[in-house]
Amino acid sequence: MSFDFLTDENRIFTNLYGQKDRTLKAVKARGHWDGTADILGKGRDWIVQEMKDSGLRGRGGAGFPTGLKWSFMPKETDGRPHYLVVNADESEPGTCKDREIMRHDPHTLIEGCLIASFAMGAHAAYIYIRGEYVREREALQQAIDEAYEDGLIGKNACGSGFDFDCYLSHGAGAYICGEETALIESLEGKKGMPRLKPPFPANVGLYGCPSTVNNVESIAVVPTILRRGASWFAGFGRERNAGTKVFAISGHVNRPCVVEEAMSIPFRELIDRHCGGFRGGYENMKAVIPGGSSVPCLTNAQAKDVLMDFDALSELKSGLGTAAVIVMDESTDIIKAIWRLSKFYKHESCGQCTPCREGTGWMMRVMDRLVEGRAAVEEIDMLLEVTKQVEGHTICALGDAAAWPIQGLIRNFRGEIEERIKALDTGRVTAAVAAE
Amino acid sequence: MSTRRLAADRLQPDSFTFSTENAEWVKTQIAKFPEGRQASAVIPLLWRAQEQEGWVTRAAIEETARLLDMPTIRVLEVATFYFMFQLSPTGSNAHIQVCGTTPCMLCGAESLVAVCEKLIGPAHTVSADGTLSWEEVECLGACANAPMAQIDSWVKGGFHSDYYEDMDEEGFAGIVEAFRAGNYPKPGSQKGRFASEPLGGQTALTEDHSETYNASVAAAVTEGAPA
Repeated sequence: MSFDFLTDENRIFTNLYGQKDRTLKAVKARGHWDGTADILGKGRDWIVQEMKDSGLRGRGGAGFPTGLKWSFMPKETDGRPHYLVVNADESEPGTCKDREIMRHDPHTLIEGCLIASFAMGAHAAYIYIRGEYVREREALQQAIDEAYEDGLIGKNACGSGFDFDCYLSHGAGAYICGEETALIESLEGKKGMPRLKPPFPANVGLYGCPSTVNNVESIAVVPTILRRGASWFAGFGRERNAGTKVFAISGHVNRPCVVEEAMSIPFRELIDRHCGGFRGGYENMKAVIPGGSSVPCLTNAQAKDVLMDFDALSELKSGLGTAAVIVMDESTDIIKAIWRLSKFYKHESCGQCTPCREGTGWMMRVMDRLVEGRAAVEEIDMLLEVTKQVEGHTICALGDAAAWPIQGLIRNFRGEIEERIKALDTGRVTAAVAAE
Repeated sequence: MSTRRLAADRLQPDSFTFSTENAEWVKTQIAKFPEGRQASAVIPLLWRAQEQEGWVTRAAIEETARLLDMPTIRVLEVATFYFMFQLSPTGSNAHIQVCGTTPCMLCGAESLVAVCEKLIGPAHTVSADGTLSWEEVECLGACANAPMAQIDSWVKGGFHSDYYEDMDEEGFAGIVEAFRAGNYPKPGSQKGRFASEPLGGQTALTEDHSETYNASVAAAVTEGAPA
C-alpha cells in the first residue's frame, strides 16, 4: 500500500516557498489570523490540553511534548513576568526549515507566539534568530510591524483584551546558542554558555523569570492545530509521532528541497515523491544522516525502509532530530563527511566544560588522521572510548552531539576505516621493501 | 572553540561613533528590553557597528559599553565569543563567507573555497587591491540550496548581506569578480530556483504563484541588486 501523502489542503505552511502573495491581506485570505481572539477566549487550560492531545512533539530536535512543556510554567504569577522565548537559532548542519517559515510564512510564527504566550501567562515573547539570517530577520520584522499596525498584537491583541508584545533579537554566529539556556544567556547580552539545570527555565529563565523556549516550527504550527483541532493533527503519523513536519533534504538526491509532509513517511517515499529520487538509484546510496548532524548516520540497508519519525529512527540508534535529512551516495568519503562534522563541533564548543572543550579538539585530530588512514587500527576503539567519555559528561548536549556522529561512523563503517588504515600500511610496507 | 583577539593597535582607529541614523536605531533596540536589561542589546549594537565600519574596532566595543552602561570587558567577551564579529578589517567591497560544513561539502563547497583562494588569497586577509576578503564558515542553514555562501557587501551605497545559493565554481567566480568591480550581483539560487522547492518538479503548493522573487531576493532588489 502506498503512503498517504500530505495534500496542500492539509499543509500548515501554505506559502513555504514564498511564491504566493506575501501581503498580510493574502495571508489572512489563506486562513491565518482567523478567529484568533476566539481561540484565546477558550482559555489557557483548553489551549494547553488541546496541544497535549494533538501529540505535537517539539520540532527543534529533542522531541519533547510541547503541551507538556507549557504546563510546567507556573499557573499564577508571583510578581515576576513570564516569557516565551522562540528559538530561531537554526544552526544544526542540514537544517534549513525554520528559515523558510520565517521569511515566507512569518505570520504563522507571530500568531503562534501570541497564542502560546497567552497559554503561559506571558505578555512578551522574544524571538532569537541566528545572526546570519539577515534577510529572514528583515522579513520577520516586517511581518511583526504589520501585525502591530493591524492590531493583531500589541495592546488588546486581536481584540481579545490580552496585551502582548513580540520582539525580535538576534545572535552573531554561535551554534551553541541553539541550546535553550545558552540562548537565554545570549539574549541577556552575555557569551552563550549553557546554564546548569535545574533550575529549569520554566522557573528561572530569561532575566530570572519563568520562561519557555520553543522551536520556531513548534510555535508556528500551533494556530492551525487549534483551529482545525487536536485530532486533525494527531491523524497524521503513527501514534506518539503525530502531525505534519517540515523536512529538509540535502546532499545527493536529484532535487534537494524543503517540504512539509506527514510524519512517519517512509524514507524512500519522501525521496521519490519530493526529491526526484536518489541520484543514481538506491543501490548507489551509501549513508543517510536522518535528523541533522548530531544524530548518528544510517547505512543503506537501515535507511532504505525506515519510517521518518522519532520512534522508528531511535530504534535504529539514530534520531529524527530536526528532520534534516543529509543523504550521501557511494562516491562520498564517509570518513571525511563525519570528520567535517567533528571540525564543526570543535569550532562550536563554547569551552565551558573540559570534556567538550578538549574532547572535541581531540576527536577532530584523530579524525584528521583517520581520513588519511594515518592511524593504528587500535585507535578506532580508543576514539570510541573517548566519545563515551565526552558523552553525558557536559552541561549541555553539545558534547553528546559531537560524540554521536563518530559513534555512528564506527558502528556502521568500521570496515572502511580499517581498510583505509591497512591500505596506507600496505603502501608503507611496499615503500619500505622497495627502499631496501 | 577558537582563540579570537582584537586587531593590532596600529589598525585600530582612535574613535567610533554611530551615524545619526544608527544612533536613533540604537534607542529602538534598547527599548525592546525591560528597564535595566539594556545589555541584551549588545549583539545588535555590535552588529550595527560592523555594518557601519566593516569590522568591530576596539573603539566600537568601548562605545557600545558606554551606550549600554556595561563594563568594557563584558562587551569584549561578547565580541570575541561570537564568530560573526570581524575583529580585523575586511574587504572594502565585500566579505565572502563560504559554508564548508558537510551538506555543502557534499555538494562542492571545496571548489568554492578554491575559487576564493585563487581570486582573493588566503582566508582572513584582505585581497591585494583591498576590495575583498573571505573565510570558510560553519553551516549557514541553507542546506537544501547547497553549496552556498553569504556575502556581506558595501556596494551600491549601503550594507547588504545575502545568500548566494545553488552555485558552481564558474558562476561563483563571476560573482566574486562582480563584487570586486563594485557591482551587486543578484542573490538567491544561481540555478533558477525560486526558493527551496524541488527544482524542475515542484510537488507541493503549486497554485497561485504571484510573487516575482522570494523574500530574500526581493529585499536585495530593493537595495539595488539587478531586477
